[in-house]
Amino acid sequence: MAGLQASALSKLQSAGRYALELESVSCHFGALVAMADINLTVESGERRAVLGSNGAGKTTLFNAITGDFSPTAGRVRLFGEDVTDLPSHERIRRGLRRTYQISLLFHGLKVIDNVFLACRGISRGRFSLRRPVSDDSAMESAENLIEVVHLTDERDRLVANLSHGQQRQLEIALALAGAPRLILFDEPAAGLSPTERSVLVEILQSMPEHIGYIIIEHDMDVALQVAQSVTMMHNGRIFKEGNPEEIENDVEVQQLYLGSGHV
Amino acid sequence: MMKGQHSIFGHFFTNDSPSLWIVAAVLLIYPAISSDFFTFQIGAYSLILGTISLSLMMLAGYGGMVSLAQLTVAGLAGYLMAIFGENSVGVMGFGWPWWITSIWAILLAALFSAFIGTISVRTEGIYTIMITLAIAVAFYFFVRQNYVLFNGWTGYAGIEPPTILGIYWRNPIPFYYLSLVVAAFCYWAVVYCSRSTFGLALQAIRDNPRRMQSLGYNIVLHRVIAYFLSGFIAATAGVLLVWFNGRISPGSVSVGVIIDILVIAVLGGLRHPIGPFIGAIVFVLLENFAIDLIDRERFNTVIGLVFLLIVLYSPDGLLGLWKKLWTRLIDSRKIRPNEIGNELRTKSADSIETS
Repeated sequence: MAGLQASALSKLQSAGRYALELESVSCHFGALVAMADINLTVESGERRAVLGSNGAGKTTLFNAITGDFSPTAGRVRLFGEDVTDLPSHERIRRGLRRTYQISLLFHGLKVIDNVFLACRGISRGRFSLRRPVSDDSAMESAENLIEVVHLTDERDRLVANLSHGQQRQLEIALALAGAPRLILFDEPAAGLSPTERSVLVEILQSMPEHIGYIIIEHDMDVALQVAQSVTMMHNGRIFKEGNPEEIENDVEVQQLYLGSGHV
Repeated sequence: MMKGQHSIFGHFFTNDSPSLWIVAAVLLIYPAISSDFFTFQIGAYSLILGTISLSLMMLAGYGGMVSLAQLTVAGLAGYLMAIFGENSVGVMGFGWPWWITSIWAILLAALFSAFIGTISVRTEGIYTIMITLAIAVAFYFFVRQNYVLFNGWTGYAGIEPPTILGIYWRNPIPFYYLSLVVAAFCYWAVVYCSRSTFGLALQAIRDNPRRMQSLGYNIVLHRVIAYFLSGFIAATAGVLLVWFNGRISPGSVSVGVIIDILVIAVLGGLRHPIGPFIGAIVFVLLENFAIDLIDRERFNTVIGLVFLLIVLYSPDGLLGLWKKLWTRLIDSRKIRPNEIGNELRTKSADSIETS
């Protein structure tokens, strides 16, 4: 009994402390090792950047966390709970969100309706044949979210008519719907102009403190501005961990990124 | 820019526009200015066919599911009217009161539509068309061969609307208004529900089912419910259709007629609920007057050619053609340099009028 209590207590403590714990997670596709023996912990509210070249295993890492692919070995814990065997939507209910490299939006609908559906998806009334009233809770949160991602002016435009950068911003709004606790951003800055990049950095920096995120980013400038800690991946393994300055000044990282000739 | 585009086209059909009131007024006084033939054979018939096509527009336009079994659902409702109500052939005909019979017939046919949905929603595109066509053809052969329930080749005759308040509702003018009320209600319901949570979610599922699933929506259930609602509309029009014809037989649900519904919907345009009604009017006019232009047997050639031209030159049907012409007219009247780029983008945008 006491043992049970102790384990429950430790579970509770770790639940408060860690948003995500990966325990020797591996992922093989046949003979190809996409990810090997990854140990990673992300604290609640922590903002973490994952860097690495193409094929380093970053997106595979995300898929293992969200449950899009299950890992070949190892355990995944979300907010202290083992979710290794849970399907994707169960993890989403626990507060996990992700954005995709390619925007998966609803192109025939207005901006506000995209976000509204995302807010409604986690609550009741999905089959309602009545139009949402203006003080509808999901509609209210949707209005707030488009403000957070700077899309208020585009509220009634069709998504198909938005610029690439605006679509990425909308993608973030969809990820913020509900009560997210940990968001996985998969290259949110890909294909953005310098101006759009600074808007993105602003949005990420202004997110509420209790929401942690992991961001995959090729652009070092963006990654180092929005992250408190950095994980470098290489060939499916974790290569280096540290704070942004450490990583930026690390000789091995520079070799990896710029080629050994520059050192 | 989208706002501008909305006011160009969307205006025509939204509540704050005078054009809606003009259309409504014309529809209301129409029987007074036309003959019985035009009121009944053209007016009421267009409204009924338009309503059945509307049920297809709702599924295809908002849900991305092209079902060829909409007329089958309407036909089943018609058969059920004959089976549970009264008919003159002496088979079945339980003689239930008209209002119980119609509610029961509509409900059962809508459930049948949900059943068709359950079978077909896991498929996409051409496969949905194939499965629903297979169901429609199977239904046709079933009613043709089954004498116990459906009276086989002969079908049923003598199915009549009731006499209420001293009005015989099959007379042209009362029947026209009955069809108008049903069509207007179904039209309003589809327009209203397209902006409801259910309707928005249906359109989002059309655009990106995978994302909707990951947002926590049950996309299969959502689609099946869409089939049920669309079946409800088709069945309601089916009851009117059997009252209109006074009879129903396998010929009423044969492949030719099934395709007509698709032709009407595509002809009018699948992007806005008004499209099917425009398509129905054109179709019914052609059907009745092609004989004056060309030999009676050539009706299918005429409608086929019109269909081909529309599909080739305006994939969005007559509605799309109207929109194109209107945009061009506006553009020639005043040039707005800062909006030309947007105009081009809007044209290529894959948008559905939802207002």
